[in-house]
Amino acid sequence: MSYQWNWGVFLQPSASGDDTYLGWLFTGLKWTVTLSLSAWVIALIVGSIFGVLRTVPNRWLSGFATCYVEAFRNVPLLVQLFSWYFVLPELLPAALGTAFKQSNPLWQQFFAAMLCLGLFTSARVAEQVRSGINSLPRGQRAAGLAMGFTLPQTYRYVLLPMSYRIILPPLTSEFLNIFKNSAVATTIGLIELSRQAQQLVDYTAQPYEAFIAVTVMYLLINVTVMFLMRRLENKVRIPGFIGGK
Amino acid sequence: MYDFDWTSIPGAIPLLAKGMLITLEVTITAIVVGIVWGTLLAIARLGHNVVLAKLAAGYVNLFRSVPLVMVILWFYLIVPQGLKAIFGDDIGDIRLTSALVAFALFEAAYYSEIIRAGIQSVSKGQVSAGLALGFTPAQTMRLVVLPQAFRNMTPLLLTQAIILFQDTSLVYVIGLSDFFGTAYKVGDRDGRLVELLLFAGVIYFVICFSASLLVKRLQARFAK
Repeated sequence: MSYQWNWGVFLQPSASGDDTYLGWLFTGLKWTVTLSLSAWVIALIVGSIFGVLRTVPNRWLSGFATCYVEAFRNVPLLVQLFSWYFVLPELLPAALGTAFKQSNPLWQQFFAAMLCLGLFTSARVAEQVRSGINSLPRGQRAAGLAMGFTLPQTYRYVLLPMSYRIILPPLTSEFLNIFKNSAVATTIGLIELSRQAQQLVDYTAQPYEAFIAVTVMYLLINVTVMFLMRRLENKVRIPGFIGGK
Repeated sequence: MYDFDWTSIPGAIPLLAKGMLITLEVTITAIVVGIVWGTLLAIARLGHNVVLAKLAAGYVNLFRSVPLVMVILWFYLIVPQGLKAIFGDDIGDIRLTSALVAFALFEAAYYSEIIRAGIQSVSKGQVSAGLALGFTPAQTMRLVVLPQAFRNMTPLLLTQAIILFQDTSLVYVIGLSDFFGTAYKVGDRDGRLVELLLFAGVIYFVICFSASLLVKRLQARFAK
């Protein structure tokens, strides 16, 4: 093999001239993290709402929430992303669609990817929230209502705090998934980590270094998230349960 | 309001069907290789050989921490470079091959975790019983533990297969014309991207939703 290893390539000025290739990687990392975190906020809020709706004693509401979850679970992420990016602007009222198409391409890509990842993950979060609530003893709901809480108050003060703590481990894997899934945004051109890996291969002809560096960055993201979530898990353990102290 | 025009779809059906064949080829290869290789990895992780267990764990953790898109790109952009260095420049169009390898090796990591949980769900008494009957440990695994483990985890394996079927659309990043890639190309060619994307979405939904209903039924039968 006559491959010329050159780790110094990262310090060379990049093709655009105003940055190094290492700088490109950090730009990619920045977009990956920003995209994942903002999508996670959407996923958590929307997912919790639909997860709760699936457990309420109203057939219409829970049926609606079931449809939502099934729709987002059974269409590939890539198709969803392309739908937000290419289809939605066409179907919006003309003025809004044109405004979207004329805005900064980077923000178009980011906005579509954030919406897509957020809602895709929200369906999965909804399933976790539902199973968390359903895993609680039925007496908890009854007790809440018997204390004179309204149904929303029962959810707010009794059911949700318990179930979030129970579902924290599976939520951690969803949180990790969102970082991994954010790589799909490369297909619409967002300059996140995977895109930067491809660009580095194109510009530097040092594919091994580029891919090793980006792979290591994904591994570091994983390790960091796991570390933080384990600390959070320890903090919110419920005494008296198997996982508790 | 957008003017829908669905007329480019009927003519594209043969192309789309061809794409679906590629999608299925990747899916089925990845399921078969993934389950076989995943079983070996799971056994290695649970076995007494510390080195093998560590290696298997490292493999699984590596593939599970990296996005599928990156893995597809590895096997398309990186591995061929190595192969070229060994076999010379003539390796032809490797898109399908690299996708098959990438999916098989990637899915093995996910299947291995499901299978490991399945094996661990079989009670210890079964192993002792197998050994007491005079089976070797390998025979006990093959004839006693694995059949029960696979029975317990069939629904999970099928659910993973549905996710895998959806994920194969990511071969888009290396330009392979699977079902989704074909739909995109046709839409782009005819200026009917909106219709083709919606059509692809509906087809995926119908297939995956029906499959997941079947899995749910199966699960209910197993639970009895």
